[in-house]
Formats: sequence, structure tokens, C-alpha cells
Amino acid sequence: MTDTATSAQIPLVDYLVLDDPVHLVANECTNCGARYFDRRNACAGCFATDFQKVGVATTGEVASFTIVSMAPPGVEVPFVSSIIDCDGTSVRANLLNVTPDDDHIKLGMKVRLCTYSMGTKGGVEAIGFGFEPVGN
Amino acid sequence: MVEDVWILGINMTKFGKHFDKDVVDLGAEAAMAAMADGGVTMADMGILAAGNLRGGGGFGQQLQKQIGQTGIPVFNVTNACATGATALRTAIMAIRAGECDMGLAVGVEKLAGAGLLGAVAQSDVDEWQPEGRFGAVAPTDGRIGTANMPGTFAQVGMEYGHKYGDVSFETFARISVKNHKHSTLNPLAAYSKEMSLEQIMGDIMIAYPNTRPMCSANCDGGAAAVVVSDAKLKTLSLEQQRRAIKVSASVLTSDPYTERCQVLPDVNTLTKSAAAQAYEQAGVGPDDLDLVELHDCFATAELVHYDNLGLCEEGGAVDFFESGAPWRDGSKPVNVSGGLQSKGHPISATGIANIWEVCHHLRGEAGDRQIEGARVALAHVIGLGSACGIHILESSAA
Repeated sequence: MTDTATSAQIPLVDYLVLDDPVHLVANECTNCGARYFDRRNACAGCFATDFQKVGVATTGEVASFTIVSMAPPGVEVPFVSSIIDCDGTSVRANLLNVTPDDDHIKLGMKVRLCTYSMGTKGGVEAIGFGFEPVGN
Repeated sequence: MVEDVWILGINMTKFGKHFDKDVVDLGAEAAMAAMADGGVTMADMGILAAGNLRGGGGFGQQLQKQIGQTGIPVFNVTNACATGATALRTAIMAIRAGECDMGLAVGVEKLAGAGLLGAVAQSDVDEWQPEGRFGAVAPTDGRIGTANMPGTFAQVGMEYGHKYGDVSFETFARISVKNHKHSTLNPLAAYSKEMSLEQIMGDIMIAYPNTRPMCSANCDGGAAAVVVSDAKLKTLSLEQQRRAIKVSASVLTSDPYTERCQVLPDVNTLTKSAAAQAYEQAGVGPDDLDLVELHDCFATAELVHYDNLGLCEEGGAVDFFESGAPWRDGSKPVNVSGGLQSKGHPISATGIANIWEVCHHLRGEAGDRQIEGARVALAHVIGLGSACGIHILESSAA
């Protein structure tokens, strides 16, 4: 509400909502309930064209992961790519704040949404997201 | 009753590094050898279906100019790693439709040294500007998981572990041990060296649990097949009829909507669907298969496809593998060619090269790696996006 020069923020993607609490939002098909993070022309499941914005659960469990150790220039490695089951909605995100090895990352582990600063450009700070172990 | 279609002639080039040949050279080599194998020429072909992803387009017409311009329709097809199977299926459909009685399908790729497929190099941005369907202010790969191929298929394998009980790094690595061992009998494989479990697990990690030898080998190669109608085959020589291989099923599917498919490609549902259709078309079941070539683009992918193709009970892929069944001396040999991990994966050629492998066995011409008495075989490919091609082939009754 006050100092806009230092508080201007932009989310990494438009489905990350920087409200309090921070959460992800999906475009949900009003006919069949399918959820999408990107803009859709029609539902891939039932072809209907009406969507509504719905919040996605901010906690979930790791349904799959990989530790990426080899990537093109500009992509920091290692990073942990994961598929998280957020109360029935599948989300792809990096796992953060966890040692990237198979001793510390387990299928089924409980995680929660978290954010981090990607840096400031032109007075605007970009905010990225990931999921971290609930125990943290 | 749809008319039967047969493979009359088929060929694959040596897979590996072909610095002195371009895609047209490799395509011409495979196409001319396939026609010679079938005892026919370009004058007999009624359609050309040509697959190539990275050569710049118009591959079919470029190929014709080197092997014979006869004015026949050319279909240039692309379908990711299922491109070769799509070319073959296009030619088969033309014959089933009665448009012609003989056709040529070709798939070629120059992929040696291509690096990580599906990975995008990133450069720094000057300002945060939302772009695309996600309104992303920066490249997302590496920030929001990964969509590169090794990482995607690693997650496919780990997802199977989550659903049916953890699968160890070692189990995935042992699948790769099998395929590298199998490749030692394949003179056309890009790599034909045996690798120990320790070597495979200790190699460079690409995307856990896939180390480098557990990933498909980028290489150059071509493959081609001549298909013929049942009626036309009956007019050919007894020798051509004897060596012809029956296409008992030819199926292509895409991925139907599933809840998770927008964040992790679902390679399972479309493969299960294609397998069910193929078994019904052919009138055979998994128990009838004498060998299988499946799309082991990564060791993690091979595991899930044991299940998807019905080679084991649902959730039983680890037990199936641990039983020894998919080794060449097991009850259900899988990837006796060495598979994509060792034979190599020149993407557009793969979906015809796997047909060549099984035809070789069904004809009894596979030499040292012959699966004795093979009569029924299945060849499977999947391209992300997604497309799945399955063909079931049977040796001639003659």
C-alpha cells in the first residue's frame, strides 16, 4: 500500500497469485471440473468453453520427481523437478529447500507451496515458486 | 473384411555416426535396399510416406529425386518419435483403402551429437515481461520442473513407483544392463558393448534415476519398408510370398485427456489403448508374442511399457523384469536389438527399424540373435505430444 518503488512484484507465471496467502490458481472447466494452468480455448476433456478461476491447495504430496543434473546453458543444476498431487490437482514444480538426493527426497512426502525472489529488474521483483518439505 | 497388408521388403541402415551421408543419402540407402529386399522397384510403388523431423521439410520429394520420380503421391509425415511408425501406417492405410497395392515408407534422422532433446537454452532477460499461455516472465524449464526428455521420462518411471511401490535406481539400471547386453549381438547397433551394473549406475547422471547409458543414444540412421496388398502379393513369386510378413495389426493413437497430462505427459493411457486395439485387430494376446520391441527411450520408460503392453499384470512390471522374462533367453524377450539405449534412436527411423528387427526374426534371418521359432511379434513406439504406434506382425503361413 505504501512504497510502490520497492514493493512492485510480478509472479513468474500468471497462475501464481501473490495474495496473502500466496497460492496457485487454475482455470476450471465449469462443465467437467478439469483444471488447467494455461489459457484454454476449450476443455480438452469435454470441449466446453466456460472456465472459472479456482484456488489450488497449497499443500500436497510428491507423486513423482527427478533430479536433473544435465541441462542447457542458463539452467542451474541440479534441480529437482516434481509432480505434486495437491488434493487431486496435479502441479509441476521444483522442490526447494531440500538436499537434492534420493536420501532426502521420497515419493509420497508432504510438501507445501513456497516462494522466492528471482531478482529485481526495472524496479520490479519477480517471484518464483516451488514446494518445500512440510517439516521445514 | 479389410484386406490384409504384408511387409514385402524392409531394411535398416547401420545406426551410428554417418558424417559422410545426409538424410537423403541415408533414406535412399534404406529405401533402395528395402525395395531390393522385396524384389520390386519404384515403378511398383503407388505411394511414398516419408518421415523426417530435423532435415528442414519436403524430405519425401528430395528422396524421390535420388531414387526415382514417378509422380506418385508423397506424404511427408512428422509425429515426434512415432514418425517412422506413422509413415508406415500411412502406407498401410492407403493399401487398406484400395488406393494402391504397394507402397513405400521411409524414416530417417541425423541425430548424432544432438544433445538433450526437448531442452531449451536460456538467456538472461532485461525486464520481466509476461509471455505465452502461462504469462511467464522468464523461461520456466528448470524453474517449474522440467519438460526435457530425460527428466520427463524419469518422472514417468518414478510415478509408476509411487503408484505401485517404489522402484529402485538399481532396478532401472538393470533394465539398461539387459539392453546393452542384447546389443552385443546386433552388428547394426550404434553401440554394441556390454556394460556392467556398476558402470551404468556410476556413469554420468542425466536426470535421476537415468544415467547416460540409460538414455536413448542419439545417432544417425534410416529405415524403410515396402508394404503390399494381399491380392498383389498372391501374384508375386513363391519366394516373395514366403518371406512376406503379415501386418496383423496397425494402430496409431494420441493421448486422451487425463487429469495429470498437462503437467506430466501421460505415456501410459495411449499405449494401453493402442495395445488393446492392436491385440483385438490381430486376434492375439500378449501371451502369443514371441518377441517385443518397445520404446525404451529411457530405462524408466521400458519398465512402464511392460505394464502398458500387457506383458505383465497391472502393477507387476518390476516382478516381470526380475523374473528374467524380458531377457533374450526369457519367456518374453524384449528389445533383443539392444533397444533405443544401445541400438540407438534416430527418431524418425525408429518406428520402422523396430519393425525391421522383428521381421528379421519372423523370417528366421536374424543370425546370432535369432529368437528361435518366432512367429508373432509386436513393435511399439511413442512420441511425446503424444503419438503411439503399435504394429503386430506374423510370419507367413506358407
